[in-house]
Order: sequence, then C-alpha cells, then structure tokens
Amino acid sequence: MNRYPQWVYVTIAVALALGLLYTLPNFFGEAPAVQVSTARTTLKIDSAVLGRVEDALKKAGIQPTGVFLDINSVKVRFADTDTQLKAKDVINQALNPDPQDPSYTVALNLLSNSPAWLAAIPVIPARPMYLGLDLRGGVHFLLQVDMRAALAKQLDSYVGDIRSQLRDKNVRHAGIAREGNSVAVQFRDSETRERARTLIAEQLPDLQLVDAGAGSELRLVASIRPEAQKRIQETALKQNIQTLHNRINELGVAEPVIQQQGSDRVVVELPGVQDTAKAKEILGRTATLEVRLVDEDAMRSNSTLNVDIFPERRRDGSVSSVPTKKQVLLTGDRFTGAGATFDQHQQPAVSINLDAAGGRVMLGVTRENLGHLMAIILIERGKGEAISVAKIQGEFSNRFQITGLFTPEETNTLALLIRAGSLAAPMEIIEERTVGPSLGAENIKKGFDSTIYGFAALSLFIIVYYVVFGVFSTLALCSNLLLLVALLSMLQATLTLPGIAAIALTLGMAIDANVLINERVREELRGGATPQAAIHAGYERAFGTILDSNVTTLIAGLSLLLFGSGPVRGFAVVHCLGILTSIFSSVVVSRSMVNLAFGSRRRLERVPIGNTSWK
Amino acid sequence: MEFFKIRHDIPFMRHALAFNVVSLITFLLAVFFLATRGLNFSIEFTGGTVIEINYEHAADVERIRKALDARGYNDYSVQNFGSSRDILIRMPLKPGQNNADLSKAVMEGLTADDKTAKLQRVEFVGPQVGEELAWNGALALFVTAIGIVLYLWVRFEWKFGVAAIIANLHDVVIILGFFALFQWEFSLPVLAAVLAVLGYSVNESVVIADRIRENFRKMRKASVTEIIDNAITRTISRTIITHGCTQTMVTSMLVFGGPALHYFALALTIGICFGIYSSVLVMAPIVRWLGIRREDLVKPLKEKKQEAVI
Repeated sequence: MNRYPQWVYVTIAVALALGLLYTLPNFFGEAPAVQVSTARTTLKIDSAVLGRVEDALKKAGIQPTGVFLDINSVKVRFADTDTQLKAKDVINQALNPDPQDPSYTVALNLLSNSPAWLAAIPVIPARPMYLGLDLRGGVHFLLQVDMRAALAKQLDSYVGDIRSQLRDKNVRHAGIAREGNSVAVQFRDSETRERARTLIAEQLPDLQLVDAGAGSELRLVASIRPEAQKRIQETALKQNIQTLHNRINELGVAEPVIQQQGSDRVVVELPGVQDTAKAKEILGRTATLEVRLVDEDAMRSNSTLNVDIFPERRRDGSVSSVPTKKQVLLTGDRFTGAGATFDQHQQPAVSINLDAAGGRVMLGVTRENLGHLMAIILIERGKGEAISVAKIQGEFSNRFQITGLFTPEETNTLALLIRAGSLAAPMEIIEERTVGPSLGAENIKKGFDSTIYGFAALSLFIIVYYVVFGVFSTLALCSNLLLLVALLSMLQATLTLPGIAAIALTLGMAIDANVLINERVREELRGGATPQAAIHAGYERAFGTILDSNVTTLIAGLSLLLFGSGPVRGFAVVHCLGILTSIFSSVVVSRSMVNLAFGSRRRLERVPIGNTSWK
Repeated sequence: MEFFKIRHDIPFMRHALAFNVVSLITFLLAVFFLATRGLNFSIEFTGGTVIEINYEHAADVERIRKALDARGYNDYSVQNFGSSRDILIRMPLKPGQNNADLSKAVMEGLTADDKTAKLQRVEFVGPQVGEELAWNGALALFVTAIGIVLYLWVRFEWKFGVAAIIANLHDVVIILGFFALFQWEFSLPVLAAVLAVLGYSVNESVVIADRIRENFRKMRKASVTEIIDNAITRTISRTIITHGCTQTMVTSMLVFGGPALHYFALALTIGICFGIYSSVLVMAPIVRWLGIRREDLVKPLKEKKQEAVI
C-alpha cells in the first residue's frame, strides 16, 4: 500500500532536477561588468556598437570573460574590478569622443557568473534571483504626478481654443475664463449661446457643455468629459515616464526601473546609485524643447555669424548642421501633446498641439514665414539637437502636423522626442529609500545566516526526534528550499530582506506538515497498527489537515500580497510561493522517500520514527 | 526520543473558565496599553525621514545632536542602531520644509562635523503614502480575518470559524499590546509578521478542529467535553513540536538577523507563544460555548439510494 506508481517518482525527479537547474545560477556569484546603453533617444544599440566595444578592448589589450548583446545594452564581463575600471575608461573613450556630450552611457554593473548555457535555456532562461535594492544598494523613488495640474494645463489650452474658435466664426461672447475644473463662457443672449454651443460641441468633442445663468448673465460651462480626462491623465503619465527615462540615461545607471504604479504614480529604482542628491536634481530638471526658424541665408553661405548651430542626425546616420536664428519662438511648456498620425494623403505624420499662447505665436510666425524652414530643437544636458526641420506649408496656430518622408516608426520616435521635451505635469517625490552597498551586502549575510543556522538547528532536532523519518523530513525541507529558490529565480521576483526572512519562516512553518505526519504515524503505531498500515494512515489522515492549515496561511499571504507595498510585498510573494512548494515537498516528496525505503518490504518489523513503545 | 507520554486525556475543558479569564485579562491589558500608550508607528506610516549613518569610530550621539541643533533642526531623535558606530536619525514631516531634500542637508551638516560619517540608508515617506499604508494594513488584516472565517465556515462549521478568529485576533491584539507597552517600533515588516502569525495560528485551530470532527465520528458515545479534551491531548505533542521548530527559525532570525529583522522576529515570537495558548485554550472553550454538536460536523448518513426501478 505504500508504493507510488512509477510516474510519480518520475514527476518528482523531474521537478527536483528542474529545481536544481534553476537554483544553479545563484551559486556562481557575480562578476564585475561594464554595461553600455544609449544616452540618446535617437541612438540604438546594435551589433555595430558591440563591434566597436570589442575593438576598443582589443586595442587596449583587455581580455573580457564574456560579451553580451541584448535589446537595450551591450554587457561586457571581466575577471576582476581592476580590469573592469580600466575597461570602463577605454570603452568610454572609444564610444564618447566628446566627454561633454556623451552618446552612450557606460556604467559599472555586476553580471552573473553562471555559464552562458543556463541563460540560454529557451522559454524560461535560468538566471539568479533578482535582488531588491535593500540587498544590493541603490535608490528607490516614488513620484506622484500632479494630475490636477495636468488637467489645469489642458483647460487653459481649451480657453484659448474656444476663444479663437468663437472669434473665427464671429460669435460674440462677454468673456471666457477658467473656473476651477471648468471653462465658463459668458453670453448676452441665448441665441448666441446656442450658436457657440453647436460650434464648440463640433470642434471640441472632448468638452461637456452645460447651460447656466439667466437673463443677460448667460453662461456656458464647459468641462472635460471623464473619458477625455482619463486619456489626458494617461498621456501625462506616459509623457512623464518618457522624460524620466531620458534623464536617467544621464546618470549612467546600469539597470534602471521606471514603472507606472497606480494611475498617477511612477516608481523609479536606480540600483547602485549612491549620489541621491544628484539623482534627485536630474529627475527634477525640466528638459526643454525650442522652436526656432532656420537661417536659410546662413545655411547657403555656411556662415556662422549671428546663428546657433545645432546638429541634425540624418536618416542615413550622417550628421549635418542646422543654423538657426537666435530668437526662440516657443519653448517646451507650450506643447500640450504630440502623437504619430497620418495626414490627408495617408502619409505618416506627427500631429502637434500647442496651448493657446503657443498657438497665437505660431499663427503670427507662420503667416510671416510661409515657405521657410522651421526647426524643433530638443535640449538635453545643455546640448541642443535638431529633431525636426520642416518647411512651413501653411498658416496654422495651435494644431498642426509635421509631414515629410516618414516611416511610421520615425513619426513615433519624433512624437516621443517632442513629448520628452517637457514634463506634462509637475511631479513630487513622495517616498525615497536609499540603501548603501555595504549595508546591502550586510543584509544579505544576515538574512542568509539566520536561515542557515535556523535550518541547521531545526534539522538536528527533527533528526534526533524522529530518527530516519526525521532524515526524510529534513530532506523534504531541503527540497522545499530548492524548489522555492528555483521558483523565485524562474519568476525573477524581487528578493528583499523581508523576502529572505519569509524563506526562513516558510521553512519553519513547513516542518509543521511533517510533524503532523510523523506524529500521526507514531499514534497509529501506538494504537497497534502494523508498520505499513501506520505509515499509510499517517500520511492519508494528516493530508486533509495539512491542506486546511496551508489554505488559511495562504489567505493571510494573499491579502498581504494584495494590500502590501514595498518590503511587505517582497515578504508576501515568497511566503505564498513557499506555502505552495511546502505542500508538495512535505507531502509528496517525503512520502516518496518513505515509500522507496519501506514500501517494498513485505515484513517491516518496526518503523524507525523514534520511541513509540510506551502505551 | 519522545517528550510527551500522556496516557490519559487531560481535562482541559474543566479549567476552561480559568483559561478564558486569563486571556481576557491579557487581552484587556493589551487594549489598555494600546489605548493609553498607542503604537509607536514607524515613518512608513507617519511619514518622515529616517537616516542611518555609519561612523568609522564609536559615534558620539551628543555631538551629532549639537551639529543638528546648530543647523536649526529640532524635534528629531538620534539613537544607536545595531552597533555603537551606527546611528539612526528620525525626523518627522514638517509643513513648509523641503522634506525630499532633508536627508541631503542633514548629511552635509554631519560630514562637515565629522568626515567619517557615511550615509548607509535613507528612507523618506511623504504624507500621502503613510496614510495609504496604514489604511491598506488595516484592510489586509480585515480581509485576512474575513477570509479565514469564511474558509473555516465552509470546511467545518461557522462556530469554528468564529471561535478561531476570536482566538487569533486576540493574539494579534496581544502582539500589538506588547508593541504599545514597550513602545517598540511598529513598521511594515512587523505588520507582515502579525498577518503571518494570524495565518499560522489558525493552523493550530484547524488541526484541533480536524481532530474534533474526527472524534465526533469515531467516539460515538463520548460527550462533547471528552471529545474536545481528547482532541487537544492527542495533538498537544504536535502543537509543541511544530511551534518549537518554527520558533527555532525565528530565534535564529532574532540572533543573526540584525536590527533590520529584530522587531519582525520579536512580533513572530510573541505571536507563536500566544498562538499555542490561544488556539488551544481559547478557541476550544469558545467552540464549546457556541454549542458545537455532533450533528454540526458529522453529516447524518444518507439512506442508501434505492436502485432505480426500470
């Protein structure tokens, strides 16, 4: 009765082998590495960059232990930190000839030492656990985007829109103003108000219109529809995240995390960054966008008198200079949106929205400079780059399109660059967590120590108390640890110090199942059952209890996962996974060992589970 | 090896009243301390800034205070953290102060005073986050409690669900009472520990409830009191050993885990110790008082289905 069919053993063996495979990368430790990523949104990382890095290292006589290329970066691994530092300088010089204006970010990083074939496993590559900031050091920011400001900005631009619409169509109003979350337009008679209403409803479908006032004090109150509000907020958040991306590139962080959290928050995690002050300063800076007219005389004569010269990256990769007039027509804060779209000839185009003031300036400029070239310049790090040079084809104000020989991908990039020029809404740091690298290493050691010593003491006791069954329980607990670490590595869940504590706690709690089983077996033996029957009954009867008690623990774990944040979430993830692995290992794995050892013996005289002789 | 050689059922239920009076007193004491002293919430809940600094030599707390006073800060706390060379500075949120840049200003002041001061850790939590965390924590506790009651209701009987949750929430209140009495810092990891204990202690109640159900099936003649006594007696060995094992792990955390895990492990320790007591000696009497009967747990055998007559 204590035999498992063959397939159960095979399943267990496969599970343990997979567990071992995915736990493996954690044993190799990390080696110093240099990571190259792009510092400009206009540059991409490709095999050409990889070649340049390899050439530079070869010239300097530095032998890397591994070179890797992925979508965002080139990573080069070295044997020791001295070589790493030397290589960083070499690569930096080769890729960024002008240190004032770097094109690539060259950052120090740590790379797993695990052999390449592990990371090359298809579907789920085997990688070491992903350590949280409290274990490897770094900075964590939580930024709150001021959505009211984003909406206010949008409303301000609607004020201008409505004013120019009414003026164009000769609808006389008695004043337009923003009032809190709405725009109020005053009218003297209801007929005019009706005309205005139809006009606005037609031109600005995102607005919701309500009549108000009476007599000669008639008003039309326009507010943004909820769905449009949602869209505006989403765009604002996206734009801010994009801007943050660009700024963080400057910091030279190997693997930054920039993520949306909830509807109005952004998490920024910068592993390895120590200088929080600088990080904060860079995150809070306003990058700018400038619109200027191209000085076409200077372009023809190559004169540099009285012009500013900006580089423009051509499609073929070459760089040309664009001389522009000194006068700045518009800056980034006048832009309210930019998106990839198609023009009336179904050609890819970029549509741009300006606010009311921007629109007025644009109207004047385009009227006077029809047929001339206009440049949009993105200023990053005090250096400008012309991201678009286009001919003014007609008069326009706050809504226009940039057309040309674009591909849809190019229009996307350009729209992105324009959006990156300014934050859509102000942001505020509402949470900061900085952990120094030495503290991180200390945390790992402390967490590791408490797990190992606790585990050792626990195993010793269980083996003394339950003899051979104690050995099985301990082995089951080992397999639990193995599977848990493997799962964490596979899922690349972030491991934090509370996460390590959760591993220790899971092991301490998982032993409950084995104690339940072992006590039950003892009890059955005491009650006079034959050894085989006692083992069978022990496992069968304990299983229901084990399941129930794990489900209740899981309920607590899941609600922590749902409502917890930061360090608690790290705890909850490990806790929940640990409960799942412990059911498997303490019931199935330990049973399989018992079955293998005793199941085939016809005449099992006694069960080595400690003293059961007293009655 | 065998610790427990109990030949006769221990008459736990005879002393049920005494046990319940003891737990009621502990509970009321805990509530009293919670009400009068309140919890010492960490900055994660209240908002504020915590700065951990490491010196190359033993840190002079007085000197650090002077340096901070000189910079015009007040209402802060400076204390040793872990070792004599580590210092923890806590500063509350203040309106009108640039909270996000506080750590930078403080560090500038301290390094000017002593070159060896090295920033180890900064934690800043704005007012928006703190409130949310406190709310989410309460919500997590509530959802867990409801979830457990519902599960036990479905698996056993509502009486078990109610009794188990009363017993285990009583543990939670006692843990909180300890944190209030000693003014230990109540942080997010402590909250996690409290919830983990809640889930864990319920295990205990489940094991006993399972035994009670089994006994109702097997011991047809026995009275409810006998059945409960037998269930507790026969699981007591497992109860003590399991908790001992879990506590071994937690003690290891307490010893080797350093200051970061200290209160986490402490909360678990209190929870485990009271968990044994309450789930056995509080839950079982409550179940009895709620009037558990054999019929609640053992479904009367259905009459054999008659063969369909064709």
